[in-house]
Amino acid sequence: MNNTETKRKFNVGEFYAKLGPLAALLILVILVSVLNSSFLNVNNIMNLLQQISVNALIAFGMQFVILTAGIDLSVGSILALSGAFAAQMILMGMPPLLAFLVGMIAGAIFGAFNGLLIAYGKAAPFIVTLATMAIFRGATYVLTNGNPITGPKMNSSFSFQFLGQGYLFGVPFQVYIMIVLYAIAYLLLHKTTFGRKTYALGGNEKAAFVAGVNTKKLLILIYTIAGFLSAVAGMILTSQLASAQPDAGTGYEMDAIAAVVLGGTSLAGGKGKMFGTLVGALIIGVLNNGMNLLGISSFYQQIVKGIVILIAVLLDRKQSQN
Amino acid sequence: MQIEMKNISKSFGPNKVLRDVNFSIHAGEVHALMGENGAGKSTLMNILTGLLDFDGGHILVDGQETRFKNALDAEHHGIAFIHQEMNNFAEMSVVENMFLNREIKKGFGMLDMKEMKKQAKAALAKLGADIPVDIPVGTLSVGRQQMIEIAKSLMNKTQVLIMDEPTAALTENEIAKLFEIIRSLKKQGVAIIYISHRMEEIFQISDRLTVMRDGLSVNTYMTKDTDVKQIVHDMVGREMGDFYPGRNPKFGEVYLKAEGLTSAGVFNNVNFEVHSGEVLAFSGLMGAGRTEIMRAIFGIDKLDSGKIWVKGKEVHITSPEHAIQNNIGFVTENRKDEGLILDASLSDNIDLPSIDGFVKKGFIDKKADQDFVNMLMKRLGVKAQSSKDAASSLSGGNQQKVVLAKWVGSGSQILILDEPTRGVDVGAKREIYDLINELTDRGTAVIMVSSDLDEVLGFSDNIAVVYEGKIQGEIATKDATQDKIMTLATGGELDE
Repeated sequence: MNNTETKRKFNVGEFYAKLGPLAALLILVILVSVLNSSFLNVNNIMNLLQQISVNALIAFGMQFVILTAGIDLSVGSILALSGAFAAQMILMGMPPLLAFLVGMIAGAIFGAFNGLLIAYGKAAPFIVTLATMAIFRGATYVLTNGNPITGPKMNSSFSFQFLGQGYLFGVPFQVYIMIVLYAIAYLLLHKTTFGRKTYALGGNEKAAFVAGVNTKKLLILIYTIAGFLSAVAGMILTSQLASAQPDAGTGYEMDAIAAVVLGGTSLAGGKGKMFGTLVGALIIGVLNNGMNLLGISSFYQQIVKGIVILIAVLLDRKQSQN
Repeated sequence: MQIEMKNISKSFGPNKVLRDVNFSIHAGEVHALMGENGAGKSTLMNILTGLLDFDGGHILVDGQETRFKNALDAEHHGIAFIHQEMNNFAEMSVVENMFLNREIKKGFGMLDMKEMKKQAKAALAKLGADIPVDIPVGTLSVGRQQMIEIAKSLMNKTQVLIMDEPTAALTENEIAKLFEIIRSLKKQGVAIIYISHRMEEIFQISDRLTVMRDGLSVNTYMTKDTDVKQIVHDMVGREMGDFYPGRNPKFGEVYLKAEGLTSAGVFNNVNFEVHSGEVLAFSGLMGAGRTEIMRAIFGIDKLDSGKIWVKGKEVHITSPEHAIQNNIGFVTENRKDEGLILDASLSDNIDLPSIDGFVKKGFIDKKADQDFVNMLMKRLGVKAQSSKDAASSLSGGNQQKVVLAKWVGSGSQILILDEPTRGVDVGAKREIYDLINELTDRGTAVIMVSSDLDEVLGFSDNIAVVYEGKIQGEIATKDATQDKIMTLATGGELDE
């Protein structure tokens, strides 16, 4: 407690929160393009954007969750289960578009299940979603019998394949989906009362409750959104691979959390911007893509990613200490 | 053993909390320590037990100057403190609690449970307490937990035993039992410092009595030579300045009526009503249940039974959201914990209860919202650079104005203020009173929970005094005196 200290020192953490993500992305892009000239190649950029879309979608949902000082570890499992669910429907003769819709609704329900447990069971989000991560993954194995779900209907259907494999004006279709959902998530977080209440809940749950925020309902909705967006990513991935893989999305929670944290959102809740998360997803994407181009072994890639996340978390701590 | 505390003084920062306090205790005596909340009793006891250091004065133990380095040092000198909130580990057994940090060991660091159980049983038997030593402490009643604390301190050959509100959570039978034990300890030569608000008990159990007020030791009496009236006068006797703007109320219809509000073990059969334009003060000692009653009315905590009417219409409030829909606002006691989102901007704090009203086509109307925030900040005189400043950057008084702005903005017609001027400097206090006057002139009904007697007497229309979860009495402020309120607040009855 020192109120008299007026001298403001330069704070690395604060600087990173303001401008860091964008600067880090820029530096990374320059670095990779200098080291490997094919990075800026149009084909590679399209490839990169395609890779990013799936993670970005999950990260948008994760952003809401982390703003409430929560976490959702089950996103990868929800992706797989809803994907398998939709694929099963298609095999059983449901039109692909309808099956996608059903799959996305299923994902929303899985997310709502998380939210219910957290809001009414008053259980820690980390533990709840750790448990449901296992449950949803297990359910996926049961549903798929451990084998990829695929069939001739998937290989020949245009409406099935377009979602994850199609191009519109030379840009992968899933990138449009990502952009549209980013715009919706941005508006929801920054322009509606839903977003304002999310920040309030994350900033001080008790004060938000006393100010009339229905904190339980809000939490359930937020985890529902996270589940829904994971399922959208699941549909894209299923279409892209023309099959539902039982181990799809394994470890995706890691990249999504990393994107949010790298984007300057505080794990303590209440602080962070949707734009930061988009930039964070781009950083992760460029990092992955760049390391592939440079021929770095996937073993080392994991180490590098882990270190980058640690740095971001430490910067976050530095910021909140101030 | 005899202990003398002479001219003890202590400051926390610029606040002098103890000034030249004198207090003494000798073997075989029960010395009661009395005073309002914040009078300095706890600080004095924390100094005696080595939890706090002191700035000036002397402590003499059997005539020898002593300064305890820490709690353990005081314990070695035979001084034990049984706090109001007992520091038990609920999941651990009775014997484990009694020997915590002083476990008896056999070879190789193994615990000698057998010996510890034997000694624990013996210590409890001495108090006539028949408590199994293997069960978790948390499963026992508060009264029995207290027995364990006493037994524990006796095992350490305690010579001075300090008890802070020991009867607060006890049943009548348990109190009788406790008094029996106190009397027997006296005979064994133990000195007991007994802190309590309950007059009746003090006169029943104590030999001497010291009253503290505002960090001073006002008077020390032989209990048999004094009476309740004298003590109450010593506890509250300070002059009230013309610090309050005065009240000029015009009562309208009944805005809030409560009947039979009950929450088991917290408050019981609470009845009151407050009119449009009225300031109804809730007075009483800390822990009497005032805050809990308000929290239940506002839907934060659950009511077991009782009815609430808002403007003559019965309502069933189950959440703050619902209370706000019924035009109730609540400035909570602890603004940092429940009143504000400290890291968020003033603007984001002020418009939170009202934000749903600023939605145009699904989105927040930024301009209307900002105008609203600016208007409120101006009206309440919130001093800040900009509405974008973080709430944490403001002084206590300004923070409180921000909390008030929230509820004024949400159009509360019934405003519950829990300790509205606590931790607020004098200037801001006056502004808050002026604001309350302005609100009641416009017809708002105000319930003001306050532990500050001056404030209650200086700025309310009616006073409800709460004692142990029930309204002990309600008096019109013009007929009220500090003595009357204190009498009610300590469980007494008014004569007339």
